[in-house]
Amino acid sequence: MSILKKTLVSAALATAMLAQAASAQDVKIALVVKALGIGFFEAAAKGAEEAAAELGGVEIIYTGPTSTTAEGQIEVINALIAQGVNAIAISANDPDAVAPALKRAMDRGITVISWDSGVAKEGRQMHLNPSSSALIGNTIIKLAADHMPDGGDVAILSATSTSTNQNIWIDEATKVLPNYPGINLVATVYGDDLADKSYREAQGLMATYPDLKAIIAPTTVGILAASQAVTDAGKIGEINVTGLGLPSEMAGAVESGATISFAIWNPIDLGYAATMISYNLLKGNATAAPGASIPMGRIGAAVLDDNNEAAMSDPFTYDASNIEEFKSIF
Amino acid sequence: MRILRHREALLGLAILVLLVIVAARFPAFIRPASLVNVLNDTSPLILLAIGQMIVILTKCIDLSVAASLALCGMVAALLNGAGVPLPLVLLASVILGGALGAVNGLLVWKLAIPSIVVTLGTMTIYRGSIFLMTNGAWVNAHQMTDSFKAFPRTILLGLPVMSWIALAAIAFFAIVLTRTPLGRAFYAVGGNPHAAVYTGLDVGRTQFWAFVISGALAGLTGYLWVARFAVAYVDVARGFELDVVAACVIGGIAIAGGAGTIFGAVLGALFLGVIKNALPVVGISPFWQMAISGSAIVLAVVFNAAQRRQKGRIILKQVDAP
Repeated sequence: MSILKKTLVSAALATAMLAQAASAQDVKIALVVKALGIGFFEAAAKGAEEAAAELGGVEIIYTGPTSTTAEGQIEVINALIAQGVNAIAISANDPDAVAPALKRAMDRGITVISWDSGVAKEGRQMHLNPSSSALIGNTIIKLAADHMPDGGDVAILSATSTSTNQNIWIDEATKVLPNYPGINLVATVYGDDLADKSYREAQGLMATYPDLKAIIAPTTVGILAASQAVTDAGKIGEINVTGLGLPSEMAGAVESGATISFAIWNPIDLGYAATMISYNLLKGNATAAPGASIPMGRIGAAVLDDNNEAAMSDPFTYDASNIEEFKSIF
Repeated sequence: MRILRHREALLGLAILVLLVIVAARFPAFIRPASLVNVLNDTSPLILLAIGQMIVILTKCIDLSVAASLALCGMVAALLNGAGVPLPLVLLASVILGGALGAVNGLLVWKLAIPSIVVTLGTMTIYRGSIFLMTNGAWVNAHQMTDSFKAFPRTILLGLPVMSWIALAAIAFFAIVLTRTPLGRAFYAVGGNPHAAVYTGLDVGRTQFWAFVISGALAGLTGYLWVARFAVAYVDVARGFELDVVAACVIGGIAIAGGAGTIFGAVLGALFLGVIKNALPVVGISPFWQMAISGSAIVLAVVFNAAQRRQKGRIILKQVDAP
């Protein structure tokens, strides 16, 4: 009990001190990333700056180690504690290794959340997932269905038959299939995340199902290989390759027309949402508890589950209209 | 020699039977366009199997071929990105591949380290180098020039250039292996190293050249692979070295060295190629695909062993007879 009291007092003191400091200067929110120099995280920082500009009176400290190690992140966290930041939003290199340092930060009244790559429950107040399995499963079917007004056959080209993420997404996709009348899932094949095997599987799909209208590949290697196979077979316009991919890798396929659109999380939105959540938590506008709803500005609200985790939104759709902007980002 | 020829006929027959079985379930598979596609898809495996076969002939093994392929492919993609013209890119891939092979060869020759250890090490080093060069970044389709991507798929006389390169390599190395002193030396060194020394052959030097050939072929295939799939990254052709060794084993190349023909290796590669291309269209569960590929390899090895045992018995009988 006394420990709790002490913690509360020190937290209150810290908050008071920080509040004083904040009246003089901005609220400091640190965005800690896996490593500096990665396009994905640079884009997240851009989103954080956007949120800061919208909120006003917020200073974003974008930082992280030079290589993706937990040790590097712990040093960065300790430095931030010493600096007296108001909030830390981290994408962790290791869920457990960084937890003690983050706990120390929370003890000093710093708001701590994790985003993208989570931290163990005791090391953060809440975790923001870019999306959820259900949202991803729905999105990959929707991407194909949106360009098939008359319905038709679609096939899924996955990673390995034992890839946990892909299997969960495909499960979720199968569940929502009845919501898309006329869309007929004819096969699920596995390219093992190897370019040559994925290419052959895509060729096999085209040979086996002459009426195939779309190949859905929820994996970066698969979607690239399938769009190459469709291009080589001269079936651009007949078969749309879609799924999850990275803009930098998919730019060629979108340009050639083999892929009309694909999806992946938007790092800008992710940085924006993480900043908004940190701000609302540290200002006391919301509390991180199961069932709570925390506002994320223009994106909506994050609803926490029993583990204090929330999903941000549907994966973001990329197509010819925005691929140029994002292909240099990640 | 007669037994070997017999074996190649058998392997050819096995491929035909396989085609018939697949055609029974999916008739479009044996259409000419589809078969050309299978040959083209198998070309990288054929090229690497030729190199691997020569290395195995000299009693060595090259596990670094897939990693050399990936490294040369990445360098080719990067050179292309830097604006180097295609002929120079091709030349650079072959030379770099040869140099990577020479590293293996020198370690085996000068330090007399077993080749399996050397190439297991260089395999990791070569793949690691790709990561060091790129920090794990991919080179993607839109970062490659159109001519770079178009060359292997250009159709000449009904076949893509990649297939022609494989056919040319088969013809060239068939002549080298049967009609040149170096070619005969590969067999001599692997068949009986001691006898080879007495005939004035340098065993280490011969092994060195086998590795250089294997590396150069891997380098050439590296460019073809990256251009065909229009993507270069660290894990290109991960695990492909096992397919290459499997093609040689199925093709009847003696792992102990000194025996085997180039046509055996090519047929072995085609056998695997037909299986790989047929499995996606015959609608077999992916959980069975690996088991089927694996069983084919085990069957081939059992068949090899049975054949060699028979050969041994004949010799013993002749010794017993007098």
